[in-house]
Amino acid sequence: MADDDGMAARVDALESILIEKGYVEPAALDAIVETYERDVGPRNGAKVVARSWTDPDYRERLRHDATSAIAELGFSGRGGEHMVALENTPELHHLVVCTLCSCYPWPVLGLPPTWYKSPAYRSRAVIDPRGVLADFGVTLPDSTRIAVHDSTSEVRYLVVPMRPAGTDDWDQDQLAALVTRNSMIGTGLPTAP
Amino acid sequence: MNGAADLGGMMGFGPVIGEPEDEHFHADWERRALAITLAVGALGGWTIDASRHARESLPPAEYLSSTYYEIWIKALEKLLLGAGLVDADELAQRSSLRPGVPVPRTLSASAVPAALARGTRYDRPVDAPARFAVGDRVRTRTMHPTGHTRLPRYARGKVGVIERVHGAHVLPDTNAHGAGEHPQWLYTVRFDARELWGDAADAGLTIAIDAWERYLEPT
Repeated sequence: MADDDGMAARVDALESILIEKGYVEPAALDAIVETYERDVGPRNGAKVVARSWTDPDYRERLRHDATSAIAELGFSGRGGEHMVALENTPELHHLVVCTLCSCYPWPVLGLPPTWYKSPAYRSRAVIDPRGVLADFGVTLPDSTRIAVHDSTSEVRYLVVPMRPAGTDDWDQDQLAALVTRNSMIGTGLPTAP
Repeated sequence: MNGAADLGGMMGFGPVIGEPEDEHFHADWERRALAITLAVGALGGWTIDASRHARESLPPAEYLSSTYYEIWIKALEKLLLGAGLVDADELAQRSSLRPGVPVPRTLSASAVPAALARGTRYDRPVDAPARFAVGDRVRTRTMHPTGHTRLPRYARGKVGVIERVHGAHVLPDTNAHGAGEHPQWLYTVRFDARELWGDAADAGLTIAIDAWERYLEPT
């Protein structure tokens, strides 16, 4: 697999060439990394999910125009220009993959994890999703159907998992803390309270 | 194209190995790979579809033995060469040997948050009405273009049902090759797993793809 030293030298050289030619600014490169390490990640999506669990009007807006509903909370842009929210129910569990590359809803989930981009996940999610879920330690009842969504266009999918039982009097912040990244891809479930 | 990136249904890659939510990069060069790919992309020298094609057209053995950011860097080098922004001798010698060519815009640090939060929309107004409606049965075309396409091999020549109509979107098949946006209606098409994988497939399992109108015919 990756020859880290070789790649480090190759990327370092390429970065220097691009800076020297005036195509990129070093400070802009740092700002990009900072955005995705600090500001844009799965806590954004968790806020969307927690809001939809507690606010029926918001949930309705999320169903009909997810891009606008997500933008209401301040999340928008690259990799999330055209959003669709998929609600899990006891009968139906959604799982999102991009078999052709690594399309992922960046504004709400941040950068995709390595496994999401891996051949193991991309190859098997569409043909053996229950096996993939087992790799994550998730077993669904046989009565729950699985709907896999292969992200083949610029439309991006956010799974809205089911609200855990026993959280009736919880507020949005408490609920958001239960929403894991994997539960918004479909490879996991929210943390039990 | 029928490249190594079209992975749906392949076997033998082993289990999926999860990782913690706060793990963003596995080496510092991956941070730089992400940053330069996005920053140079902002120059407007190529489209997202062209960059996907640069990645998927790596030789299969190389694609499958490269990590994802390695694939990005190898593709970025191809794109820079193709756009005339960097020359082959510069990549070989790992050094800038001549001044940069004029570019329409560069990305400043102060513009980064707004640029990322704005993104790029891919829907376009079209005059033609949508050919299909939710609930219609359609068959995906059997086709094996040598250029870019977003119709995965496992979903070609298969019967499914229109689940969503998204509006008209830029067509990757032409846009990847500088042949125009040719916006077309985009649909989510849902297939029964048995249509794709045969009788042994999980009953009740469905797989959906997003498909442009030219990928579909009525059935």
